[in-house]
Amino acid sequence: MSKVNAKIPEGPISKKWTNHKNNIRLVSPANKRLIDVIVVGTGLAGGSAAATLAELGYNVKAFCFQDSPRRAHSIAAQGGINAAKNYQGDGDSIHRLFYDTVKGGDYRSREANVYRLAEVSSNIIDQCVAQGVPFARDYGGLLDNRSFGGVLVSRTFYAKGQTGQQLLLGAYSAMNRQIARGKIQMFNRHEMMDLVKVDGKARGIITRNLINGEIERHSAHAVVIASGGYGNLFYLSTNAMGSNVSASWKIHKKGAYFANPCFTQIHPTCIPVSGDHQSKLTLMSESLRNDGRIWVPKSKSDSVAIREGRLKPVDLTEDKRDYYLERRYPAFGNLVPRDVASRAAKERCDSGFGINKTGEAVFLDFASAIIRYGKEKAHLKGLDEDDLSLVKDLGKEVIKSKYGNLFQMYEKIVDQNPYETPMMIYPAVHYTMGGVWVDYNLMTTIPGCFAIGEANFSDHGANRLGASALMQGLADGYFVLPYTIGDYLADDIRTGSISTDCKEFEEAEKAVKNKIELLINNNGDKSVDYFHKKLGKIIWNKCGMSRNEKELKEAIKEIQLLRKDFYKNVSIPGSKDSFNEPLAKAVRVSDFLELGELFAKDALERSESCGGHFREESQTKEGEALRDDKNFTFVSAWENKGEPSEAVLHKEDLIYENIELKTRSYK
Amino acid sequence: MKLKLKIWRQKNSNDKGKIVSYDIENISPDMSFLEMMDVLNEQLTSKGIDPVAFDHDCREGICGSCSMFINGEAHGPDRLVTTCQLHMRKFKDGDTIHIEPFRANSFPVIKDLVVDRSSFDRIQHAGGYISINTSGNTQDANAIPIEKNSADKAFDAATCIGCGACVATCKNSSAMLFVSAKVSQFSLLPQGKVEANDRVLNMVKQMDEEGFGNCTNTGACEVECPKGISLENIARMNRDFLKAKISS
Repeated sequence: MSKVNAKIPEGPISKKWTNHKNNIRLVSPANKRLIDVIVVGTGLAGGSAAATLAELGYNVKAFCFQDSPRRAHSIAAQGGINAAKNYQGDGDSIHRLFYDTVKGGDYRSREANVYRLAEVSSNIIDQCVAQGVPFARDYGGLLDNRSFGGVLVSRTFYAKGQTGQQLLLGAYSAMNRQIARGKIQMFNRHEMMDLVKVDGKARGIITRNLINGEIERHSAHAVVIASGGYGNLFYLSTNAMGSNVSASWKIHKKGAYFANPCFTQIHPTCIPVSGDHQSKLTLMSESLRNDGRIWVPKSKSDSVAIREGRLKPVDLTEDKRDYYLERRYPAFGNLVPRDVASRAAKERCDSGFGINKTGEAVFLDFASAIIRYGKEKAHLKGLDEDDLSLVKDLGKEVIKSKYGNLFQMYEKIVDQNPYETPMMIYPAVHYTMGGVWVDYNLMTTIPGCFAIGEANFSDHGANRLGASALMQGLADGYFVLPYTIGDYLADDIRTGSISTDCKEFEEAEKAVKNKIELLINNNGDKSVDYFHKKLGKIIWNKCGMSRNEKELKEAIKEIQLLRKDFYKNVSIPGSKDSFNEPLAKAVRVSDFLELGELFAKDALERSESCGGHFREESQTKEGEALRDDKNFTFVSAWENKGEPSEAVLHKEDLIYENIELKTRSYK
Repeated sequence: MKLKLKIWRQKNSNDKGKIVSYDIENISPDMSFLEMMDVLNEQLTSKGIDPVAFDHDCREGICGSCSMFINGEAHGPDRLVTTCQLHMRKFKDGDTIHIEPFRANSFPVIKDLVVDRSSFDRIQHAGGYISINTSGNTQDANAIPIEKNSADKAFDAATCIGCGACVATCKNSSAMLFVSAKVSQFSLLPQGKVEANDRVLNMVKQMDEEGFGNCTNTGACEVECPKGISLENIARMNRDFLKAKISS
C-alpha cells in the first residue's frame, strides 16, 4: 500500500487556486492550434469543457453515445445549482458553501478541491446567464433562489424543475458555436471502447460507431473523460438507460486509479418501484422538500389500512401522523442531507410503517404548503384568508408555478393527483460520489488523461449535497480543466499531430474487435438484461443503503460467479456491423460486472460508516452513522491488477487544516 | 392486457421496410410504453428474432430521445408526454397498436423506429447560441434585471426537448415550432438581442436547406408537442424574421 500525491498547491486555502493559476504553464494561442484534445461525454462537464477548450483554440473532438450532445443525462437534473452569491443576504459566503459541502460529504472530500469549487461557483451563474440560461426570477427581475438539503441558507438557483436541462442546453449552445467554427468535431452515436497509451501517455481512444459498428481510431494530445457516474450498476436507478461506467472503467484498466467506488448516493425522494417490469426509477426533485413534509402513520395498523386501501392518507388526522424527519432532526427537519433522509425512510419502512402495496414507500405531503402559500396569496390580493377552498386553489397555483412539471410527471407515472393526495416516495440510487481518482489538476494517474464531473471522485466525499452536481460539472468544465490542462499540454507544443498508425493503436483496436467477436458469437441463451438485473439485485440487497461484512463477502462471491455465467451464457442477437443496442449494452454490462466486485470490496475494506456508506457494524446508539476518523480519513484509490479481486489499495490521506473534523449533526 | 402490435421494421437506411405484426400478452397497465417494448424485445430475442430498435435514454420525458408515432400520433394518444411517459393504462385489452418512426425527409430512418435527427443539430449550429466566451469576469448575473414575464416566456420556449414530434406531426414536415422556440428564447432576453437578426436569418436559412417544409399554421405541432411549446413562438419568429430581413 502506498500513498498517492494529490499535488495540492501550497499556501492558505483561499489563495491556493489563484496562486496555482498564476504559476502553472500556459500554451500560446499559436500553439493551441497545434494541439488536439478528445472529450468523451457531452453532459455538463464534457459539454462545457469541449466548448471552452475550443474557444481557447484547441482542436476538440467530442464524443457521445446519444444521437445528439443535447441528450446527455445532465439534462434530467431537476432542482438547481448552488452558488455562493449571497443574493438573499442570508449570510452565505464562499467559506460557508465550502464548509457545508465538506460537512455534507461527511469529511471525506479533499479540502482544496472543495474550496476551489465554492470559489468559482459565482462565475458559473454569471456565465450561464450571459449564455441566455433562463433562471427563475422574481418580480423585480432579479434571480430567485431556493433552499436545498443540508444547508441553512438559500443559495440554489433554478429554472423550475428543469435546471439541468437549461444548463445543459447552455453548454450545448456554446458547443454549437464551436462546431460551427470547426473547432469542435462532434461524433454522435459513438461509444468509447478503449484508451490508447503511447509511451505511458494517453494519446487517443478506440471508438465504435453505434450505427454501423465500425471500429475507429482517434488520436489526441490529451483525453478527457466526462462520461458521468455508474449508478446503473444497480440496474434500477434514476440514471438514463444508456448511462454507463465503460469509459471510466477502460481507463481504470489502463492504469487510472478508481477512488471510493462504494460511495453511492441513494436519493430519498423517488417514485417507488411498481413491479418487476420496471426499467428505471424517476426522481422527484429534492427541491420538493422545501415545501413537502415527509411522514408515515404513527401506528402500524393505520399503515396497513392505507396499504390495503381501507384508509385514505388525507383522512388521517395530524395527531396520528409521524413527521419523523422533523421529530428526529428538529434543526434541519425535512431538509436533512440525502443520506440521512434515505436511511430514515428505510428505517420506518423496515419497521413496518411503509404505506404502499410493497411496504416500501413514505408520504411527501404538500397540504400544509398549499395552505401556507394560499393564505399569503389571499392576503396579498386582499381576499378572504379564511375561505379554505379559495386558499387551497390559490396555494395550488403557487405550487404549480414552482413544481408544475414534477407534479405532472408524478401524476402520469403513478396515476394519482399529488395536489389532492400526498406523493408516495422511496429512496433510489441517484449519483455516485466515487469515481476516477484525480489530482488537484483533475488529471488521473495516467499522464494526459483527465476526468471531470461525476466521472471523477474529488468534491463530494461520502455524500453529495443537493444542487452541487451541476455546480461541480460546470466548475470542472468551464473554469478548472481549461486552466489545468494547459500545464500538461505545455510539453506538447512541439509534438505535432499524433499518428494512429502505430502498434499501440493497432493492439488496442485488435483487443476491442476480439471482445466484440467474443460477445456476438457467444452461444448462450440468456439476454444481457437478465445479467444486468441479477447484478443489480445483488448490489441493491447486499451493498445498498446498509452494508455488513457477511453480506459484502457474499456479494463478492456472487458477482464473480455471475461474471463467469455471463461470458458462458449471454446471448446477443443481430450482427456486429449494424445498429445493435443489445451488443452495446453487453459491453457496458461486462464492465459493470467487474466494477461491482471492486465496489463490494471497497465497501468491505471501509469498515466505518460515513455519508452514504453505512456499515451496520459502525453506528451510534441512535442508529446514526459512526465515522472512524482515526483509521479512515483517507481516499481509497484502487489500482487495477487484472481481476478486481487483485486490485491494490493506495491511500490519499485527507488533511483538514481549515475545517475541524466533527461528528456530523443535523439535530 | 393482450395486444396486437403492428410495428415498422426496417433493417437499415437502404432497406425498403414494412409493417410486421406481433402479439403480446401479460402487459400491466402500470408499464410505460417503452417497458412494454422491452417485454416484446425480450420475447423476440428469445425466439432468435432481431429486437425492434428504438431510441430512448432518460425515460423521464426530458432527453428527447424517444420518438414513436403511435396510432397516428407523435408520442401516442396522451397529451403533454413523451413516449417514455406514456403508460399502458391509456390502452385497452385487445387493442391493436400501430407503431411507426417519426417520418420526414429530413429525418431518415436508421433502423426500425430509430431516425437521424442531426438536421436539428445543424440548425442549432447555424445560430442557436449567444456568442460569449467562457471567462471568469463576465458581468454579475444580477447586473441586468429581466422582467419576469419575459423571463418566464423565454423559459417556456427553452423547454423544447428537440424530439421532433412537431416535424413528424406536421403535414408539411415543417420544423418551425422547433426553430422558433430557440429563436424566441434568445430574442426575449436582453443577452440575446444583440445577435437576434443574424440568428433568425441563419437558422431559418439552415432549416430550409435541411429540407423541412413550410408552415401553414395548422397548429398540429402545438397539440402534439410533449412540452406544450406555444404557437406564439412561430408568430414571434415570423415577426423577428421580417424585421431582420428589412433591416439587413
